[in-house]
Amino acid sequence: MLDLNTKKIKKNAYRITKVRGETASRIRVPGGLLTAELLPLIQNIAQTYGNGKIHLTTRQGFEIPGIKYGDIDTVNALLQPIIEKLEINQEIPGKGYTSAGTRNVSACIGSNVCPFATYNTTNFAKRMEKEIFPNDLHFKVAFTGCANDCIKTRMHDFGIIGMTEPQYEKERCMGCQACVKACKKKSVDALSVENYRIVRNTEKCVGCGECVINCPTRAWTRSPETYYRLVIMGRTGKRNPRLAEDFLVWATEDAIIKIVKNTYSFVTNYIDRDAPGGKEHIGYIIDRTGFEEFKKWAMDGVELDSRTIVKNPVYWSGIHYV
Amino acid sequence: MGYQTTAAKMNTIFADLSKDYLIYAPKRYVGDGTFVHIDTIRYGEITDLSEIEFAEKSNYSFKEVLLPISETLFYFTENEMKEADAPKKGAIVFLRSCDLHGLKRMDTIYLENGAVDTYYKRLRDNTKFILMGCESSFENCFCVSMGTQTSDDYDAYLKVTGETVLVDSHWDALDAALAGATPASVIPDSVTANETVVTIPETVPQTLFDDPFWEDYGNRCIACGRCNFVCPTCTCFTMQDIFYTDNGKAGERRRVWASCHIDGYTDMAGGHAFRNDKGQRMRFKVLHKVNDYKRRFGTHMCIGCGRCDDVCPEYISFANCINKLNTLVNDTAKEEN
Ligand code: HEM
Ligand code: HEM
Ligand code: SF4
Ligand code: SF4
Ligand code: SF4
Ligand code: SF4
Ligand code: SF4
Repeated sequence: MLDLNTKKIKKNAYRITKVRGETASRIRVPGGLLTAELLPLIQNIAQTYGNGKIHLTTRQGFEIPGIKYGDIDTVNALLQPIIEKLEINQEIPGKGYTSAGTRNVSACIGSNVCPFATYNTTNFAKRMEKEIFPNDLHFKVAFTGCANDCIKTRMHDFGIIGMTEPQYEKERCMGCQACVKACKKKSVDALSVENYRIVRNTEKCVGCGECVINCPTRAWTRSPETYYRLVIMGRTGKRNPRLAEDFLVWATEDAIIKIVKNTYSFVTNYIDRDAPGGKEHIGYIIDRTGFEEFKKWAMDGVELDSRTIVKNPVYWSGIHYV
Repeated sequence: MGYQTTAAKMNTIFADLSKDYLIYAPKRYVGDGTFVHIDTIRYGEITDLSEIEFAEKSNYSFKEVLLPISETLFYFTENEMKEADAPKKGAIVFLRSCDLHGLKRMDTIYLENGAVDTYYKRLRDNTKFILMGCESSFENCFCVSMGTQTSDDYDAYLKVTGETVLVDSHWDALDAALAGATPASVIPDSVTANETVVTIPETVPQTLFDDPFWEDYGNRCIACGRCNFVCPTCTCFTMQDIFYTDNGKAGERRRVWASCHIDGYTDMAGGHAFRNDKGQRMRFKVLHKVNDYKRRFGTHMCIGCGRCDDVCPEYISFANCINKLNTLVNDTAKEEN
């Protein structure tokens, strides 16, 4: 006979599944990148304690279904080397993940592979994971290498989109206009030609770096600093699915970390204590408190780069079912 | 004369020379590559030997010192014009053996091909060349096939190993500065073989100009011009006349690099362009490098540095194209016999 504390099990990153008697273990992979040596460990858990199948989750983790509730302790022991190798913060070693609310921090492949990337998405994702896990509040954070937004950051509470500020060395430009064509056809048409040289409309430029990629003489190069667009409070779901809106543009890594951490305090303060399961999406809390109140909390002690643009106010639209 | 000296001593000598010369060498520009976290190695001014990138081949050649990417030739108003001043200082350029052969190609085009180009000449006459040795071949080099792997046509050869510097000087001023340094027998490092071997057809019959052979390149080449811009022997330029915007009657004329792969190269007055097909552009470039130029000047234009193969974003290999073309020429000859 099973006598379970489902709240504890869920907090331990196991699911209460539709199959009576069976749970599923969720493995975090911050930034979506892992070394291949971990795969046999995951395989072993699935074949020995699960039903032999592995589900690749939308947030780039693994879900191992078909585990008996009684095997949780054993599975936790087997998860330990995976947790350690992926450098996941852990409160009690050997006891598995100690919370599940803050979802796996996901990232597109970024500069590890992608020619469009403006930064190492995995590294930033891992840094974020270190800062915010194990926090049990329901946060979704995703990182994407460039304005193509392959990870779909705009469906997250916090979406971080890499930007570079193109640097133009006019003496290296011979006017081929490869940059102008690339920006017009693949991006936002921010470049124009004046006296055979290139003028960048800084208001329009989204920092995608297409000009840098396409310049054959290195007249365009990347800024030494990487900047980010921070988009906030996108969501899927039943009531009001919507895309995240720009909050900061040309923001720095430190500012973004601080804002996300500040938001945990905001949520702790304003969360609806009667919410089912004690969970409430941040976006709905902001809908209740108003953007101004969120901003007050979020920006507390945040140091902004002189380039950073703060959008104020931020309005969301989306589809309203209620 | 050959010498053994120290990096510190050489740096003081260069500091002295820098009163009269700007010193250019391949430098690593961290993060300035096409993609993020990728460096570019290109020419820039240096003040210390440690700034020179000896270990890797430069992505761009030395040619931008003598043929700037963008160079103002003169300024004009309604009735007058004034030539742009030449740089006050001369230049010292660090480069490799193949590049020194490339210099001869540039000289041929700018000094011996009809009228002397005064803008080139005034830079060229005040430039000294310092050879950097090659201990081993880099990826895509085929200097041995082109016979450019050695050169003694330098003002000095320099080899830096930690604090020790070996110098072979053909330059009085340097000999004078090194008086008292330990004499040594210094022979430049050079390679004797490359992984890439290129066989150039002796002649390419006109009938092959429209051969389907070129169509493959027409489908692959994106006309970005990178292969021309990194090439130490591409010498094409075009003109830009600029009218200053506040005063539409004054302005300047610049010359800038041009590329036979890029749209616009064959545009004529009236808008007609005669080589729109990218396969034909490849044909034009390849035969310019290893066929036309030789017929006119006696040596191949290409010096086998392999930079075009290093850079092509579409992985088009110039070296392999020549080899494939050689096979095609041989097969065609057999068919005709
Ligand atoms: C079939 C007729 C013609 C052809 C195919 C032709 C072709 C060319 C070509 C290929 C160039 C070099 C363009 C460049 O390097 O950018 C050129 C330059 C030039 N052509 Fe023609 N051309 C023709 C007729 C004419 C006529 C009728 C005139 C004058 C009445 C003329 C005057 C010039 C001048 C002045 C330049 C030099 C422009 C400069 O240096 O900027 N051409 N032409
Ligand atoms: C005054 C008359 C002309 C001038 C000044 C002139 C000038 C030139 C020049 C400077 C080039 C480039 C050569 C190179 O890059 O090595 C060229 C190429 C060429 N011209 Fe002319 N040209 C003239 C007339 C013509 C005419 C009448 C035709 C055709 C009916 C013609 C067809 C071409 C073609 C097809 C090329 C390219 C050759 C290739 O692809 O290798 N040109 N011309
Ligand atoms: S970074 Fe992107 S948007 Fe900005 S100028 Fe370059 S191509 Fe255009
Ligand atoms: S791609 Fe580079 S060289 Fe060409 S116009 Fe743009 S900045 Fe100038
Ligand atoms: S054609 Fe290619 S290999 Fe030959 S000199 Fe130019 S860049 Fe070097
Ligand atoms: S290959 Fe093309 S760009 Fe280079 S020198 Fe020849 S014609 Fe000019
Ligand atoms: S670098 Fe490659 S793609 Fe670009 S013009 Fe040259 S051959 Fe074509």
